[in-house]
Amino acid sequence: MSKYVLVFAGYAPSGFKKSTFEAISEGRRLADRLNASLTAVTAGHGVRNIAGGLAEYGADRIIVCDHPELAEFDQSRYTSILEDIVKQNSPGIILFGPSSYDKSVAACLAARLDAGIASECVGFELDGDRLLATRPMYGGKLLAGVTLEGAAQIACIRSNVFPVATAPRTAEVVTIDPQIKESRIRIVEKKLKNSDRVDLTEADIVVAGGRGVGGPDFGLLERLADLLGGAVGASRTAVDEGWRPYADQVGQTGKVVSPKLYLACGISGAMQHLAGMSSSECIVAVNKDPDAPIFNYADFCVVEDLFKMLPALINEVRLLTY
Amino acid sequence: MEIIVLLKQVPDTAALIQIDGDNVSIKTEDVKWVINPYDELAVEEALRIKEKHGGKVTILTAGPESAANNIRTALAMGADEGILICDPALAQADPQLTAKALTAALKGLQHDLIIAGSRAVDDDSSYVPTAVAGYLDIALLSMVVRQSISDGKIQCEQTVQDGALVVEAGLPALITTQRGLNEPRYPSLPNIMKAKKKPLTVKNLADIGLSAENFGPGSLKTKIVSLTYPPKRNSNKVVVEGGSAGEKAVRLLALLREKSVVG
Repeated sequence: MSKYVLVFAGYAPSGFKKSTFEAISEGRRLADRLNASLTAVTAGHGVRNIAGGLAEYGADRIIVCDHPELAEFDQSRYTSILEDIVKQNSPGIILFGPSSYDKSVAACLAARLDAGIASECVGFELDGDRLLATRPMYGGKLLAGVTLEGAAQIACIRSNVFPVATAPRTAEVVTIDPQIKESRIRIVEKKLKNSDRVDLTEADIVVAGGRGVGGPDFGLLERLADLLGGAVGASRTAVDEGWRPYADQVGQTGKVVSPKLYLACGISGAMQHLAGMSSSECIVAVNKDPDAPIFNYADFCVVEDLFKMLPALINEVRLLTY
Repeated sequence: MEIIVLLKQVPDTAALIQIDGDNVSIKTEDVKWVINPYDELAVEEALRIKEKHGGKVTILTAGPESAANNIRTALAMGADEGILICDPALAQADPQLTAKALTAALKGLQHDLIIAGSRAVDDDSSYVPTAVAGYLDIALLSMVVRQSISDGKIQCEQTVQDGALVVEAGLPALITTQRGLNEPRYPSLPNIMKAKKKPLTVKNLADIGLSAENFGPGSLKTKIVSLTYPPKRNSNKVVVEGGSAGEKAVRLLALLREKSVVG
């Protein structure tokens, strides 16, 4: 029984996400350090058509579980697939991506294996076979070094932290025929959006608006985000006021993002907002109020009316691209 | 309907978090403890379900003695009874041990519906509700923003990565809360007074049929081995100057391009 690292390539009905490649790249790095092989598992309906692509990022072995009943995500069914693989041949380390699907399968697997789990990890080190995972706690106020016990060491990565690195090779593709059990949950209706804009948690650039935007018209922010290829976020105020949907909220009770650039417009910078964006690589704050707390955290501080600054910025960015 | 709410106390968002001498825990003396924001949504939803369908709302917490105060707050919101699982062996409990303790307590309680927060904002873990649902062998419906109950089934709208799903499962089930589910009520003064008389039972591990020797630091599956402060950002902060917004925009973009943040 040889050593291996297992990466769950996630629920990917519309193709693999960048974060899956991030997880596989990190899995490859750890496998290399352990002198182990890397296995990627992909489950769903139609995944056999894209599974081969995982070899590009370093998977030595790709386990494909393609079944019509897996077209819809079901936590229990997806976890059972992994559980069966793990019980046959236990990997030392199992990595997951950052999506809510990934985390839900990871937690469910950890419970079934009675194993520890670390999510939103921003770094990994190895001490022999033991994984040391670094993850933020207390809304990012502290970083914890965590070790894991149990049948496998299970961890989920945070988005946008680990680089995607190609490590192409010829991978062994194994197809398994899963035993699909009856689910307790029945899907009644799907309300899925087909957004062209990049997902907030995966975006390299986030343009976020707060109370200062003054109303539901986020047009300037959307225009800037589109020009920069980024996503639009919102503070809790903007969401509470009904200006933006909950899905756009960045903060302690919203999404945690770690983009290359976070542009906070008209956001005062309350602690609970900071918890959602403090690990951004570069924070720019635009606020009329020179005493806004966000200026204590921003790398670049612009004391200016956002309604003047954003059009000016949009203009400058347009000049760049033409 | 017997509704159980899983409640966790967490440090207030504004709390100063300081690493304790052992380097693996935080100082707790001056910390203001509040109900985990997602669990507040759980309490509120439980109360609304009780108002609509009748029944009882029980708050269940595994935590230190101080957690009783937060249970009282939930009782003041309108919950009927509180149970605090408190034991020295749980002092450094990880989510794995917490889930086991809560499960043991739940097995001794009638439960038609269990409501929990989708995650805890202190350790950012969503493990506990998942594990509890698994151990009890009941459906888990997570990140719920709307629910309705009829004919022994619960129908929920869940937030998922690419939008929302409407799903249904039979009771008993466990649902977890997501922002947008409701706006929690503030306890009124009369209800705060009433809450003092509501039953709040403290149980230890033995009371729920568990042995403390399976719960100490040696039984941890997730071990914190170090705590550090993140690197202080903003020590090189730059104030972007300019006589007009236009000038500031030019300067900002130049700075961002220098840092290769923008192409």
